[in-house]
Amino acid sequence: MNRRTALSLFASVAVAAVALFATAPSAHADALADITKRGTIRIAVPQDFPPFGSVGTDMKPVGYDVDTAALIAKKMGVKLELVPVTSANRIPFLQTNKVDLVISSLGKNPDREKVIDFSDAYAPFFNGVFAPADVKVASAADLSGKSVGVTRGAIEDLELSKIAPADATIKRYEDNNGTISAFLSGQVDAIATGNVVAAAILERNPPKRPEAKFLIKNSPCYIGMNKSEPALMAKINALLAESKKDGSLTAIAQKWLGAPLPADI
Amino acid sequence: MGYQFEFGWIVEYLPLIVSGIATTIQLIAVGAVAGILLGIACAWVRALGPVWLRPPVVAYVELIRNTPFLIQLFFIFFGLPSLGVQMSELQAANLAMIVNLGAYSCEIVRAGIQATPRGQFEAGASLAMSPFETFRHVVLIPALQRIWPALSSQVVIVMLGSAVVSQIAAEDLTFAANYIQSRNFRAFETYIVATILYLALSILLRQALRGVGLLLFPRRAP
Repeated sequence: MNRRTALSLFASVAVAAVALFATAPSAHADALADITKRGTIRIAVPQDFPPFGSVGTDMKPVGYDVDTAALIAKKMGVKLELVPVTSANRIPFLQTNKVDLVISSLGKNPDREKVIDFSDAYAPFFNGVFAPADVKVASAADLSGKSVGVTRGAIEDLELSKIAPADATIKRYEDNNGTISAFLSGQVDAIATGNVVAAAILERNPPKRPEAKFLIKNSPCYIGMNKSEPALMAKINALLAESKKDGSLTAIAQKWLGAPLPADI
Repeated sequence: MGYQFEFGWIVEYLPLIVSGIATTIQLIAVGAVAGILLGIACAWVRALGPVWLRPPVVAYVELIRNTPFLIQLFFIFFGLPSLGVQMSELQAANLAMIVNLGAYSCEIVRAGIQATPRGQFEAGASLAMSPFETFRHVVLIPALQRIWPALSSQVVIVMLGSAVVSQIAAEDLTFAANYIQSRNFRAFETYIVATILYLALSILLRQALRGVGLLLFPRRAP
């Protein structure tokens, strides 16, 4: 092998390598095209966070997030591949391109917004004051003269202690079960808790049905995707808007949280 | 051992601690007086009372002595409302402590009555006393004197057991400690303070019961 052929070989390898590296990102620049070409969408869902995602009696994942993932896949016309994740590894799974979307009760915060993008909200997640329909409460001031059960030390306890009027009685229980029992046995007029806990109460079909009266802290769930995927983002948001309009997303909310989607979603 | 102790929060939470101590004292005061009276009544039934009344009293005593206090408390506070019996957490805590101490003190007082020599009953009868008068004047006081130390211990146990009423949001000393601990995250210091306060309460309660004993039984034991 003379020097010229060696040089040209090296050059062609270099060109090929550059071409490969240059095309590699562009192949992923449009995740939507990838998904369509693959015919499968890979979605990260929780497996240990009911009612958003847990393992059902037949060992298959079930929950709000799982149903939402199925809805998205159906509307996109592709096959669904569920990838179980934990709350700690859901964002790394997305960043390392092991999944296309994260539908895993993901809340928005500035740190996360630096590394991934968020769609529109698809599920309500909030702390608030809940009471039966006949208890007239619309704001913290209306709690005057009423008793509110809360789990001691929880975020609702700390926030409610600041905003409740002086003549409202806050009863602090050791854990969520104590708070729930106090509500169901009528020991308190209202409870401050998460909408997921309220959903767990509704699931038991109790004589007293907790309704959301006002919000203490609102942190709805969003679908997470990699940064700079405008096509995928537009598609997902369009599908979410369509699902909200045709009632399919509200049906999921009704099924898993026992309440329709709130107005802000 | 680089732990830095921090007790500055005591000033901020002093009103809560004081009201927690007051609640614990109220609980044990009501619980001890009513519980011991209930225990004496039950002991009388079991030792000397009408035969038809004995089975229900035995059932009550066995039921309470063989179930956890926390379950009794939850039954009263969370369970009874289903039957329309609604009470505040303090009422529920008072009732649970009376019922609990009643059962234990029944057995303690009964031991004292049964240790009374037969001759004392006969002596009462020979003085033309009715059976009740004999019980009241001749049997009960020496019986109580005999078992007073054991009864005092039981009252202290119930006072310490009252810590669990914080589970139904009754705001006793333990509730105050848990509340403070969940706000200042100084678990070590908070529970050191709670421990010292409970210790002081126990010692005071024992002295108070000793004083009551000296008033009730001025003569020395035989």
